[in-house]
Amino acid sequence: MWGYKIITTNQIDYDKNNRAIRNKILALEPSLRICIACGACTATCTAGNLTPFNIRRMNVLLQRGEYDDLKSELGKCMLCGKCTLVCPRGVNLRNLILKTRETLLNDECHVL
Amino acid sequence: MQTKTIAIIGAGPAGMEASASLAKLGHQVVLIEKKASTGGHLNNWHHLFPDRRPAKELLQKLKQEVNHSNIEVMVNTAVHEVKQNDYRYELVLSEKNVINANAVLITTGFELFDAAKKEEYGYGIYNQVITNSDLEQLFQADNLAAQFKKPVKRVAFVHCVGSRDAKVNNHYCSKVCCVTAVKQSIEFKERMPETEVFCFYMDMRMFGPYYEELYREAQEKWGIVFIRGKISEASQTRDGSLQIKAEDTLASKPLRMNTDLLVLMAGMVPAEGNEHISRQFKLAIGDNRFFKSKDNHFDNQLSDTPGVFLAGACLAPMNITDTISQARAAALRIHEYLTN
Repeated sequence: MWGYKIITTNQIDYDKNNRAIRNKILALEPSLRICIACGACTATCTAGNLTPFNIRRMNVLLQRGEYDDLKSELGKCMLCGKCTLVCPRGVNLRNLILKTRETLLNDECHVL
Repeated sequence: MQTKTIAIIGAGPAGMEASASLAKLGHQVVLIEKKASTGGHLNNWHHLFPDRRPAKELLQKLKQEVNHSNIEVMVNTAVHEVKQNDYRYELVLSEKNVINANAVLITTGFELFDAAKKEEYGYGIYNQVITNSDLEQLFQADNLAAQFKKPVKRVAFVHCVGSRDAKVNNHYCSKVCCVTAVKQSIEFKERMPETEVFCFYMDMRMFGPYYEELYREAQEKWGIVFIRGKISEASQTRDGSLQIKAEDTLASKPLRMNTDLLVLMAGMVPAEGNEHISRQFKLAIGDNRFFKSKDNHFDNQLSDTPGVFLAGACLAPMNITDTISQARAAALRIHEYLTN
């Protein structure tokens, strides 16, 4: 009305972010810790080639406690498992996505 | 001083340099090589990083060094069996030759990872896919462009082929492939300036002196493009060209690209014969399947078996500078062992 608005921060606020969900998901699929962000998963991902879905980026955000995008994005995965096949670190990405979906649902995030 | 005999297994740079050092100290050396010639992988390389020194120059120097009256070189010779009598080793070689050694140095080196095992890159399936070693052979020719059937307007280098890869059980970094890719991409551009050159990397590991400078030169002087992302696959398109896929992780977007040539930077794996050698000498093997030192700080050239020493890329992936340093260190440790 007066020509200005309040914008939210673009920073990852590491002190403010609640990493309880991340810790829960890491306990269910600990292999996420060994990701080196090479992007092979995203390169091979069918959903990622057609939509802005980016599994590597999602996993980084998850580890930082940034869940907002995650809730809307994870539904795009078709669970084909190609990401798991190409991962040079042997991260079980397919299970990670399943466990993340479950965890977010159980925490009453009814977005998926 | 009573002359002592040292058997050195493997006549690559490590074995040759150690032989020369021990000969100069007055010891008798038998240098055993299973292949037809000495020099190891140096024979297959055109120029070396980071100063682009011809590999031939090093080969010549090493060959001059081992041309010494105290050194007997046995090529086409394998070690079949080893017996230990007190502090001596009896080595049964090809054609039932037997040598008695007071000490043994293992310098069996490495082999290049078999790039065909990463089937998704299509080595051995598509003609446009070659390895770092194949490219070195092509660099020997005067006219690089004439070596290809079709014009090469674009070339892509893939780092970490068979390294840092749990899917082929090689968790370690092969160390030298990053700088080799930088070197080869510059050499390519020098010979074919019109060709677009790309390097797909996961992390750039420029660990040695003047490696980082070479990386900068590749960007600044030669316009080589570095894209951070592991190539997930190479496949042929309908018109017969090769398409690669990666994520451009710094742009957070998947990327696809047609390329006329794909160069796979095959990493280092332990030499095939190492398992046999480890059984014969009761040597410990590390989790990375290379030999394991007694102590990786102070006794890097010692094994757990007294009188058996280790040097070079049989211990871990390593460049020639470090290999030569280790060979000289091993010679000194062997000299200490034999004179005490």
